[in-house]
Amino acid sequence: MSAFIKKNRAGLAVILLALALIGYGLIKNQQKSVLNKAVRICMECVGLG
Amino acid sequence: MDKSSSCQNEKRKPALRHMGIQSVAALIQNANFKGFFTGKIYTGAGKNVCVPGLNCYSCPGAVGACPLGSLQNYLSGMKFRFPYYVLGLLLFFGALLGRAVCGFLCPFGFLQDLLYLIPFYKKNKFFADKFLRYLKYGVLLFLVILLPLSTPLTPAFCKYMCPSGTLSGIILGLWNSSIRKQMGSLFHWKLLVLLIIVVTALIVWRPFCKYLCPLGAFYGFFNRIALWRMHLDRSACISCGACSKACRMNIDPSKKPNSMECVRCGDCVRACPVKALHQGFCSPVQKKES
Repeated sequence: MSAFIKKNRAGLAVILLALALIGYGLIKNQQKSVLNKAVRICMECVGLG
Repeated sequence: MDKSSSCQNEKRKPALRHMGIQSVAALIQNANFKGFFTGKIYTGAGKNVCVPGLNCYSCPGAVGACPLGSLQNYLSGMKFRFPYYVLGLLLFFGALLGRAVCGFLCPFGFLQDLLYLIPFYKKNKFFADKFLRYLKYGVLLFLVILLPLSTPLTPAFCKYMCPSGTLSGIILGLWNSSIRKQMGSLFHWKLLVLLIIVVTALIVWRPFCKYLCPLGAFYGFFNRIALWRMHLDRSACISCGACSKACRMNIDPSKKPNSMECVRCGDCVRACPVKALHQGFCSPVQKKES
């Protein structure tokens, strides 16, 4: 286990940072804007402008 | 059965397993099957979360949000908000899997794999290949970050390039006449981009991933540190060159097993005659030790 942590120090650090960002984003309710955008047809994405 | 055909079968099995994983991933990310027949998109809670690969959220089958679309939505807002949540998810997928997302989980990558199976003239090595690969970093910088930041309400990558969005537009247009009527020059431009990618995918393996995909460019930065990595047993490697010959991304895995270009398709692992290459969370040596 410790060898795994040693070999993946950088990756694990980025994962921790990512989890912190996700957590902070959730506190700021940012998942709601993701949802609001995703539940409507995105006109730009489908090529309607 | 002679020895060579049984050997080929042994190589084919993991390749089929790989495609099996890709198809299951594509189906899970597009599990709103009835949407394909009604032209209505999914509006459930799944869309709170971004999927790891390129899968437009306007696709009638999509049950998750597109990470690039969500990121641009934040960056091109009237009032700037830092995209903590979306960036966190992108960093998480990158640090966990790197470009294994492209090789295993991306539905558009899978589509290109299927197109490449169609018998046609194939050419993966050509002069411009090396230079064209830098395009995707330009797409990431300009179309995904700078243009949306400088031009409010313009998700430039989605609007001018994303082929996954064009596919969604085609499916929606089949069922919805008002969408069909609105299709103008922008749609025709995007259709042209999609057609070029589709035709190129018959000749070159995964041209969109190689040259244009900003998501692949982003995940590529994590290939060296991601927990899912390529492991090379240098003591076992006989430098026969079989891995670089098998690689359709034109990398030499015996020199750079974790190159930014590697999408973890596993061709090199299957080609290695001495099993010196391995991909996963742990190297086989680590597994034995534990």
